[in-house]
Amino acid sequence: MAKKTKQMHQVKPEFFHLILDDTSYKTLPIRKYTSRKKYQRKDDSLINAIIPGIIGKIYVKEGDEVHHGDKLLELEAMKMYNQILSPLNGKVKKISVASGDKVTKDQLLIEIEPFTANE
Amino acid sequence: MSLKQKTLDLKKRMREALEGGGTQAIEKQKSGGKLIARERILALLDPKSFHEYDLFVEHAAKDFDMDKKYLPGDGVITGTGTIFGYPVCIYAQDFTVAGGSLGYMHAKKITKIMDHAMKMNVPLIGINDSGGARIQEGVNSLAGYGEIFYRNTQASGVIPQISVILGPCAGGAVYSPALTDFVFVVDKISKMFITGPEVIKTVLGEEISMEELGGAKIHAEISGNAHFYAESEQECFEQIKRLVSFIPWNNTRRALPFVKKEPNTKNYNIEKIFPSDPKQPYDVRDIIRAVSDDSDFLEVQERFARNIVIGFGRINGETVGFVANQPLYLAGVLDVDSSDKAARFIRFCDAFNIPLVTFVDLPGYLPGIDQEHAGVIRHGAKVLYAYSEATVPKITVITRKAYGGGYIAMCSRHLKADFVFAWPTAEIAVMGPEGAANIIFRKEIMEAEDPEKMRQQKIKEYKDKFANPYVAAAYGYVDAVIEPRETREFLVHSLEISINKNEKGPFKKHGIPPF
Repeated sequence: MAKKTKQMHQVKPEFFHLILDDTSYKTLPIRKYTSRKKYQRKDDSLINAIIPGIIGKIYVKEGDEVHHGDKLLELEAMKMYNQILSPLNGKVKKISVASGDKVTKDQLLIEIEPFTANE
Repeated sequence: MSLKQKTLDLKKRMREALEGGGTQAIEKQKSGGKLIARERILALLDPKSFHEYDLFVEHAAKDFDMDKKYLPGDGVITGTGTIFGYPVCIYAQDFTVAGGSLGYMHAKKITKIMDHAMKMNVPLIGINDSGGARIQEGVNSLAGYGEIFYRNTQASGVIPQISVILGPCAGGAVYSPALTDFVFVVDKISKMFITGPEVIKTVLGEEISMEELGGAKIHAEISGNAHFYAESEQECFEQIKRLVSFIPWNNTRRALPFVKKEPNTKNYNIEKIFPSDPKQPYDVRDIIRAVSDDSDFLEVQERFARNIVIGFGRINGETVGFVANQPLYLAGVLDVDSSDKAARFIRFCDAFNIPLVTFVDLPGYLPGIDQEHAGVIRHGAKVLYAYSEATVPKITVITRKAYGGGYIAMCSRHLKADFVFAWPTAEIAVMGPEGAANIIFRKEIMEAEDPEKMRQQKIKEYKDKFANPYVAAAYGYVDAVIEPRETREFLVHSLEISINKNEKGPFKKHGIPPF
C-alpha cells in the first residue's frame, strides 16, 4: 500500500521515444497523450445502451429476423422514450435484458447475427 | 438639512451598501480561503485608484417576495481604476450577496461598465464568483447573460478582456469568460462547467467531483479553457498585473515600451542549452529567455498542450509574442490542442499590434487515430489561417527540424513571414532523413546485398544533401543563415526595421477561420 501511494505521488515524468517517420525522438509525454484511449472498432452486431436508463417495450424475440432500421426496443432515458433500431440485417441471437430493467451506459442489450452476403 | 447632515446621510447609506451580504456571509466566504469582492478589486488595482459606481443600484424584481429583499449593489461591484497607472474598467461579482446571482440590474451594471470600457478604449477585467442566473428573475437573467455575451464579442479585438474565475462559474455563465482573451483560475477556488456533477450523475450515471470535472487544474491542463493558473488569489492578481504590463490598452495602440535590458546570457547560453542533434530534447523556453530582455518571459497556457510554447516577452523594450515548438514534450509536434493554443494566441497578438517571433523545431504533425478523429485537419488549419491572416511583423527562426506540413505552418516565408532566419543546424525538408531515405531509395535498399548498410549509406547521403538550411536558402525561402548567438541581434534589427509595417489584406467583412 505504502509503495502504491509513493508511485502515485511520483510526478517526475520520464523520457520516452516518440517515433515519427522512422526517426526516434527522445521527449517527455503529456497527460493527455498518456491517457488517450485506444481506438476500438465498433461492432454493429452488439447493441449497447448509449445512455443509462430503463428498458421499455421490447419489440423482438430471439430468433427473429430483423432488417436495418427495424425497431428493437425502447430505452427510457433523459425523460425520453428512445427507439433503438437495428443497424443491420440479421437474426436476433440473444436478448440480455427484460422490460423494466435498469441498464447502465454501454451495457449489452441485444446481440444480432448478421446475414452473410448470400443470404 | 444642512450639507453636513446630508453628508452624514450619504455616509450612512454607503455604509449599509458596503456591508455586502452581511457578517455571516462574509465569514463564510473568508473561511473558504476567498477574499470578498471589494477586497479583490483593491488587491488588484493601484492603491487608492479604485472608483466605484452604481453602489446604490437596487434590483427590480417583484416576484417570489423579491420586492421585500434588499441586495446591496445587486451583488456586483463595478468601477474604474489603474494597474501600474494603466486605466482599466473592472467588475467583481459579490458572492456574499444572494450568491452573486445574476439578475436584471446586476447584468445592467456589468453591461454599463463594459460599454464604458469600449467608449474609453481601455481593458476590461471581470471577476466571476456567482451561483449563476437568479432564478426568481426568470427570463430577465437570461437576457442579462445574452447582453454580456454580445458585448464580449463586440469588444473582442478592440480592447483586451480578462476574466478571473474566483468561485463557481457554471452553466451559461461560463460563456462570458470563454469569449474573453485571458482566463485566470486559482486552485481549489475556481470551478467552471456547463453541467455539474449532479446532472452528470443523474443523466449518465457517472460520478465525478467538482474539482475533477471543472477545477482550476482541469481547465489549465486538460480543457485549455484557462490561460493562467495560480495557487492563491494573491498570486493570481500578480499574474494579471504582469500580463497587463505586456499588452496595449486597445487595438489602436502598441504596448507601452519598457527600458531595454540585455538577456542574462550567463544562465541562458544558447550554445550550452541547444543540442544540435534533432532527436535530443531541450526546453525551448530557455532559448526564448536567451533572446528576450532581462530573460523575462510570461508564458501563457503553460500547462495546456505543452508541446507548443506561447507567451510574451520584450525585445529592445518592445513587447513581442513568442510562439515556439517545444521539443521537450512530444518532440514539439503540432496536434489538435497545440494548434488551437497557438492559433488563438497569434490572433490576439495580431489584433493588438504585438509582433510575432516564432521558433521552429518540429518533426510534423502527431499521427494517431484519436488525432484524426478529433479533427487535426481543421484544428491544424487554424495555425495556417492565423499566421497567414496576421499583418503584424512576423519573424521566424528555424533552429532545427522543419519538416513537411509543420515547416509550412510555423510562419514560413510562404505564409508571408517578414524575416526568416535559420541556424546552421536547421533541417528544412519534406521529412527527416530516415523516413525520406526509406521511401526514395526503397528499391536500392531492398535489392542491396546488405540492406542495412545500404540504408545507412542512403540516410547519410540524404542528410548531407538535404538536411540543412542551404537548399531553402538557395531559393530565398530563408533570408539569412545565422549563428545561434547572433539571434538576438537579428531580432532586434528586424523588429526595428518592421516598426512601420502597414500591411492590409483584401477588403472583407470578415474571414471564415476553421473555428
